[in-house]
Amino acid sequence: MISELFSVTVLIGILASGIRLATPYLYASIGETFGQRSGVLNLGVEGQMLLGAFAAFFVALTTGNLWFGVLAAMIVGALMGLLMAFVTVNLHAQQGISGIGFYLFGLGMSDLLFQKLMGTVETVKGFPPLKIPFLSNIPGVGEIFFNQNILVYGAYLLVPAAWFVLNKTTLGLKIRSVGENPDAADSLGVSVARVRYFTIILGGVLSGIAGASLSIALLNVFQQNMTSGLGFIAVALVYFGGWRPWGVLGGALLFSMVNSLQLWIQVLGIPIPSDIAVMMPYVLTILVLVATVSRVRAPTALTRPFERED
Amino acid sequence: MKKFAWLLTLIVALSMVLAACGTAAPATEAPVAATEAPVAATEAPVVATEPPVPAEPFRVAVVMPSAINDLAFSQSMYDALVRIQEEMGGPEAFEFVYSEGMFVVDDAAAAIRDYASQGYNLVIAHGSQYGSSLQEIAPDFPETSFAWGTTAETFGLPNIFAYEAASQEGGYVNGVLAATLSTSKVIGVVGPIEVGDAKLYVDGFKAGVAATNPEVQVNVNYIGSFSDVALASEAATTHISAGADAMTGTAQMVVGAIGKAEEAGALWFGTQSNQSSLAPSIVVASQVYHWEVVLKEMIAMINEGELGGVSFRIDLENGGEVIEFNPEYALSDDAKALAEATIKGIADGTITITLP
Repeated sequence: MISELFSVTVLIGILASGIRLATPYLYASIGETFGQRSGVLNLGVEGQMLLGAFAAFFVALTTGNLWFGVLAAMIVGALMGLLMAFVTVNLHAQQGISGIGFYLFGLGMSDLLFQKLMGTVETVKGFPPLKIPFLSNIPGVGEIFFNQNILVYGAYLLVPAAWFVLNKTTLGLKIRSVGENPDAADSLGVSVARVRYFTIILGGVLSGIAGASLSIALLNVFQQNMTSGLGFIAVALVYFGGWRPWGVLGGALLFSMVNSLQLWIQVLGIPIPSDIAVMMPYVLTILVLVATVSRVRAPTALTRPFERED
Repeated sequence: MKKFAWLLTLIVALSMVLAACGTAAPATEAPVAATEAPVAATEAPVVATEPPVPAEPFRVAVVMPSAINDLAFSQSMYDALVRIQEEMGGPEAFEFVYSEGMFVVDDAAAAIRDYASQGYNLVIAHGSQYGSSLQEIAPDFPETSFAWGTTAETFGLPNIFAYEAASQEGGYVNGVLAATLSTSKVIGVVGPIEVGDAKLYVDGFKAGVAATNPEVQVNVNYIGSFSDVALASEAATTHISAGADAMTGTAQMVVGAIGKAEEAGALWFGTQSNQSSLAPSIVVASQVYHWEVVLKEMIAMINEGELGGVSFRIDLENGGEVIEFNPEYALSDDAKALAEATIKGIADGTITITLP
């Protein structure tokens, strides 16, 4: 039975599942990376995802247009981000606690809207797999990488884009300096507030898309609390990835691949108790985290509200 | 800084209220009930005056782990209460309130206590995880009747009814049908956690498949969660890649799996509630729980003054479990006849299900 794990079908299955499962994590974690690099910890990701997932699903269901759904998720995410930015930047609220407040708000609000506007679980026709010409014909590789839906491609394209913005542009430099030394950045004329508003809203938009990727691309249903902790894992992946987009990608892929591996282990009837199999991705992630923890340090100003000293 | 602190508190409080709004139903009814207990001492003379017409409605409160529209466990209870209400003649005769989404056991325990102290005739703790809380709460309210499921355990307390479903029976019927209809001879199962109702159902399903065609392979996947729709959906995709053309699953997160089955054109067999509406083209049949069968017995007993101590079970024989075929799926007459013969066999005891 163990040998079956190494058959071509199974390996392709594991990799293709892993790529798909990592999608919502990537959107949410990359968004969170921007926020944290500028010194803001947003624990409300899960709530933003839930509201994004609901908005996307509801708009796609009523208008029949999936892109309107994505747009709705982005707008809802942006509004949540705006609110979060106001509370943490202008009001200097403690970031962790207010983030949890936003999570609970998103959880309750998405549930309330679902009950009032829909009332029952429905399905929608989501984004279909989009075969990339030529590339999708490559045996194995084509099946794994180039036969996914458009939001999956978007998530992976986001990684190099985020890396470029953070490391190669003036904007990225501003974000990093605000996260490392806001006083110095401020004295050089960088508006700490404006940069943080930008990163938090961007994080909200991406979390919204993460929710949409679940409700109208990967699962095509909306159910209460459907993200079930995914947003918190996304926050953990930012630490795991050392606040760098490529690191986040590695973490998301590792977690998702091990998760899809454990699904196959059970399907193939390999005699490992299901409880142990289900634990695997979490245990492995913690082990890797412990082994690599001292590699990089967090942005210095992370979770610290900025107050100009006059 | 102080201003920010209190604003923050306000936001947290507001969101908690919203979180509560989303899940809890309006629990009306004022504190009057608290004064009810002393009456009990003088109960004997009161009983005599009871028969006259303007009877109080029978009042039921339910606490359940997921939403009333989850197309699974919680919905099965909600639907049963709605049916009882219709049968008994509306809210004047039968009134019920509920708290849904009580996945945090502590919150559920608080809700159970609140309902009990408001004098409901019957407080239902619809979730096996609520057992130990109920064991503590029930002795404090000897005049209130409680029901707990799914379990057979009443803790020997005189005011707890237990109820459970013989979910292996419907699972067996679904398994027989699945084994008959599968052409690839591979069937996938998506389960939550390997315990209780879910395990019974899955084991019954496997037994049904094995009894029909031992060559058919059943792959079982427990995803370790009742709410992770994404993982349930990916588990279904995994089954399809492994060659499954028929699938089943139990608990509320399977809605994700049903979607994947529909995309791949694989058949689906439902349980707990009727899941046909979600994917009319591929759902063949659903085992539906009709809790009203046992609830009505409990109500009758409570009206007689018997508050608990009995455990009930719904099954195919007493009509508490019903296999509902999806009219939009063209099931062949042969297969349907086989399913009906199986249901009859289980009900009259000629088919016995051996669980591992």
